[in-house]
Parts: sequence; C-alpha cells; structure tokens
Amino acid sequence: MLEVQDLRKSFGTLVAVAGVSFQLEPGRILGLLGPNGAGKTTTVSMIAGLITPDRGDVRIDGQRLSGDTDPLKRRIGLVPQELALYDELTAFDNLRFFGSLYGLTRVELDRAIGTALGIVGLVERARDRVKAFSGGMKRRLNLAAGLLHDPDILLLDEPTVGVDPQSRNAIFDNLDELRRQGKALLYTTHYMEEAERLADRIVIIDHGRVIANDTLAGLTRVGPDVEPKDGRLTLESVFLAMTGRSLRD
Amino acid sequence: MVPTAFAALIAKDLKLFLSDRRAVILAFAMPVAIGSFFGMLFPGSRSTETQSRIPILVVDLDTSDISRAMTAALASDKNLSSESTSIEQARDRVRRGNAAVGIVIPQGFGDAAGRAFFSGGEKPQLQLLYDPSRGMELAMVRGLITQHVMESVSREVFTGERGRKVIDDTIRSLDSAAMPDDQKRLLRDMLESVQRFNAAGNTASTSRTPGITLPYDVREEAMTARQSTNYNGFAHSFAGMGLQFMLMGAINFAIEILVERQRGLWKRLRSAPISKLTLLGSKVGSGTVIGTLVMLVSFGFAILVWGVRIEGSVAGFIGVTIASAVMAASYGLLIAALGKTPNAARGASVLATLLMVMLGGAWVPTFVFPAWLQRVTLIMPTRWAVDGFDAMTWRGFGLSAALLPILVLLGFAAVFWLLALARFRWEEV
Repeated sequence: MLEVQDLRKSFGTLVAVAGVSFQLEPGRILGLLGPNGAGKTTTVSMIAGLITPDRGDVRIDGQRLSGDTDPLKRRIGLVPQELALYDELTAFDNLRFFGSLYGLTRVELDRAIGTALGIVGLVERARDRVKAFSGGMKRRLNLAAGLLHDPDILLLDEPTVGVDPQSRNAIFDNLDELRRQGKALLYTTHYMEEAERLADRIVIIDHGRVIANDTLAGLTRVGPDVEPKDGRLTLESVFLAMTGRSLRD
Repeated sequence: MVPTAFAALIAKDLKLFLSDRRAVILAFAMPVAIGSFFGMLFPGSRSTETQSRIPILVVDLDTSDISRAMTAALASDKNLSSESTSIEQARDRVRRGNAAVGIVIPQGFGDAAGRAFFSGGEKPQLQLLYDPSRGMELAMVRGLITQHVMESVSREVFTGERGRKVIDDTIRSLDSAAMPDDQKRLLRDMLESVQRFNAAGNTASTSRTPGITLPYDVREEAMTARQSTNYNGFAHSFAGMGLQFMLMGAINFAIEILVERQRGLWKRLRSAPISKLTLLGSKVGSGTVIGTLVMLVSFGFAILVWGVRIEGSVAGFIGVTIASAVMAASYGLLIAALGKTPNAARGASVLATLLMVMLGGAWVPTFVFPAWLQRVTLIMPTRWAVDGFDAMTWRGFGLSAALLPILVLLGFAAVFWLLALARFRWEEV
C-alpha cells in the first residue's frame, strides 16, 4: 500500500535522510525507530507532504504522491508528535474544522466525528473545550483528528509522549482496532516496549539510513554483538547494539 | 482552492478570535476609548463654552489705569481664564502647573509704556512666569498680551487723563530727544493734533475712542463637507485609532500563525490536500473580516456617541475600510513570514507598527509635521488610509476621492503579500 523509495533530504550541509526505503501493507503496524536526530520525523514529514524530498518517491498503491493538493493525500492521516489542537475550541469544533479541510460534507463530517470520538472514547466530552482536557484526553483527541477522513494510512509520530499508562493502553487498544480495520499504521517511538507490543515490522534508522528492517522475532535472534538483558534478548538491547551507546542530544 | 476548506479556515480563525476575550477587548474597546480621548484633545472648532481656556495669573503691581485696563481685557478674553493674584502665589501656582503663565505688571508700567509709545524711550518690562512644559500656550498668551497691551496703552495715551499728561510731557521733552529734527517736527504736529482732539471733548468722561485696535475682523469658514457642518475631531481620531488597532490585530494574527506552527497545528493543515494559496489566502481573508469589523464598530460608536457623520461617499468609506483591512492582514502575514518566534516577532512588529501609525497621522494630523516629513509619510500605507477616511467623513468628498487611497492601500497589500509568500517557511519538520 505505502511504498517509500530512496527518500533523501538535506538541510544545508546536514544530510537528514540519506536514502530511506520501506513498505507498509494494509492491516499492519510498522515501528519506525531511531535515536534522536536519526531522521524519523523528517521521513514522516516527507510522507505526509510537509517537506519536499530532494530525491526519492512516496507511492500509494503505486501512485506517486506529488504536490500540496494531490488527492492521494486524503488517504493519509497524520497524528503529529505535538498536541495539534485548538485549546479554545471544543473537541467537536476541532474535529469539524480538521474534517472540513478534506472537503467532507456536513453529514459526512457529523458521522465521521461521531465515529472518531467513539474510537477514542471521548463522545461524552465532545462539547467541552480542549483546554479543560487532561493530557491523555488531548492525546486521544489528537489521534481522532487524524482519523476523521477515514485514511487508509495513519502516520503516528510518537503519539504517547507524556501520557499516563491508562491513556497509553487506551491508545494501544485504539491502534489495535484500527489495524483490525485494515489500516496501515506507521508508528515512530522512543519507547522500545511500545514497538515490541504493537509493531508487526520494525525499521531502525540511524544517521538518515535504514540499518534494520525486520520483524521483532527476526531482530531479536541471537547475534554476536548483542548483550542479553536479564538473560534474554530485547528490542532495546538490539537497538543499542545497532545504534551505539553514545548520547545523541 | 477548496471552497469548503477556505471557508472553514476563515470560520475557525473568527471563532478563535471571538473566544479570546482579551483580543476582543483589545480590538473593539481600546480604539473606542483612545479614539474618544484623542477626539477630546483635538476637537476642531467647538463652541467657546466647551473650549478649554488657558489658565493665567495676573499680578498688577502698577494699579494704573493702563494696568487695570490690561487686567480687565485679559479677564474678558475668551481664550484665557485669568485670575489676579500676588507675585508669590503666581510663582508657586505656575511651578505647580496650576497655571500656564503668570503676567507680572511692574510698578510704573503705565507711565513708562505711555512714554515709550511715542518717543521710543526706555521700554518697561512685563515679566512672564511660565511653565516650561507648556510652550505652545506661552506663545499664544504672548500674542494675546501684545494685542491687549497695545489696545490699553493706545486708548489711554490718546484719550485718558494720564495719556494727556504723557502727551504734554512728551511734547516738552521733544527738544532734548535724540531724533532727527524733521522727525521731531512731525511727531510734535501729531501730538498737538491729539491735544486738540482731546480738547474738543473726546475725554474719558464722554465717548472714549478704542485706541489702536486690530484693523480687521475675521470671518471663519471651515472647509468641511458643507457650510453648516463643523469639523468633528472624533472623525479623525477614530479613523486613526481604528487603523492602529487593525494593525495591532494583525500583529496578534501573525503571532497566532507562529504559535500554530510551534504547536504542530501547521503540520496538520499542511498535511491536508489544500494549497499554499488557500492557507495564506484564508489568513488574509479572516484578518480582513476582523479588521473591517474593528473599524465599523469603532465608527459606529463614534457616530452614535460623538456625532461623527460620513459626509462623503458611504461606498467610498466602506472601500477604504476594506482596503485598509486587506493591507493590515497582509502586513500581519508578512510579520508571520519574517518572524522566527512569537516573542521576537512581537517586539519588532510593535515598534514598526507604532512608527507606521505615528507617521501616518493616526495620532495627530500630519499637518503638524514639518513639510519634509509630510512628504516622507506618503510612503506609509497608514497615511493613505487616514487621508481616505478623512476624505469620506468630515471633508465630505465623493467616491472618486476614495479611489486613489484604495488603490494605494491594495498596492501595499500586494507588496506585503508577495514578500510574505517569498519568505514564508513552508517546510515543517
């Protein structure tokens, strides 16, 4: 469904992404992992159309994504790392606004808002202003805003940052449900246990390049350079073995 | 451009604006309050009852007929609020700012002034105690004193008792005066004519001549929309303040764009299938709607409360309002394009806006500026907006007079828009 081919992007002399390629199929979650500054967010931004790649393509069902107004963008939903919501508006008004950007009619919009709020469990709070929401509720509404136009592909950039375990689990349940519905999910995170819990396939990038692309089982097979943690191989130990222990701030 | 997306973007901005109580108060209440204040400061032609008089103090140490006449003349002047007092009181009250000027008439002033009037002898000195922060009032008082002293002294020397004595003394002392003989002869002839005039019965007890007076009267006609229409200073002040807060609103708008960017909202907008033109166009659209509302509400208040009237073309007034709002919104977009962070953008743009507003004549009319500055201010869009509003309100011109300001304002808007488009940072990481 989603095909990323040899994406490259530089900012001045800094090469942020240096030839990233991977594929994502419907009903699957792909975990995109990497240290700070590895190029995860730049990659997601290029897929979402926020940045024009210097080279390479983003294809959906074989069709190349190009331009701001490309109708193919309707098949992608973005859930940014930031809480991209208007605090002064109600949850309903936020969703109605974001849905309007995709040209949904009023009836379609009302139905989509009901569905999205139902998925994230915020139907009862639809008429409350977002500024009255807890951090976890805002995160769930942030997710709902990306679902309104019923995209086939959902790009989730660290969607659980700063939320409590209850809200995190609720979001995981939402993502599991979306996978069951046949959506393709690209999930970036720093939390290895999240990737272990959710991802069908894991892509690790560092210095703008893909250094691993495998299933969890494939990655955690015993390798010569990987130290077991508590007697077993974890994704974290594999990740550290591949990307090193030096700080990346 | 997706029409529903464009409308949704504008509706969202308006909803956000109306939900921010502080922004609404700033946009609607402040121009009304400050416009009213400036309107009261620069009212234009008002009746003398409501006109503020310059407070002066008079210290008469002479108590001659001339000094009493001067004191009475100053007291009856419609431009002055005069009060007699002691010299100590005068010094103290001027220093405290309770009076603009204290006039001290020294002992012997009347006699000396009478003598100096004809023979050019040593002139007596009037002492002016003044508040240095009120230079404009001092200049005005100085002019009025000249008028009243000349009237009082000339009336007394031509027809008063003391004046007769002065004329007699002057004729006696003419031989020893330091002036050419032919001038002495002419002056003697003139003074003897005055003696004969007085002897013929024009004395203080009968009909006194007014002395030397201003040899003309003035008929004033304010060149406003119609002969019967007075200039209303509130029309100018509300145009200026409406414009100022339109531009201040544009700064807030720019900062909101930068905050949207900081909070990741711009990512969400950019990920939707809508063009850059739609995104930026909607910002100008919503800014124009808000700016137009600000100006219409301000003028609505001025019309209802201060009696401002659109004496010229209503269509022209609306045209200038919308063109000003488009210019202000485009200016806001340019600030957003140039600003890196909300705080940095706020500091620089407030300074630039205040300069534009001040030089555009929004605070005080541009005719008080030096001539060279008046010419320079034509490069300010605010100058064209203020001139356009003046033309459509109290000057009472027709639609044709609004066309040039409208075109120039739209020209400025186009320049701001193109610069913003060129400098806007589109890439979101």
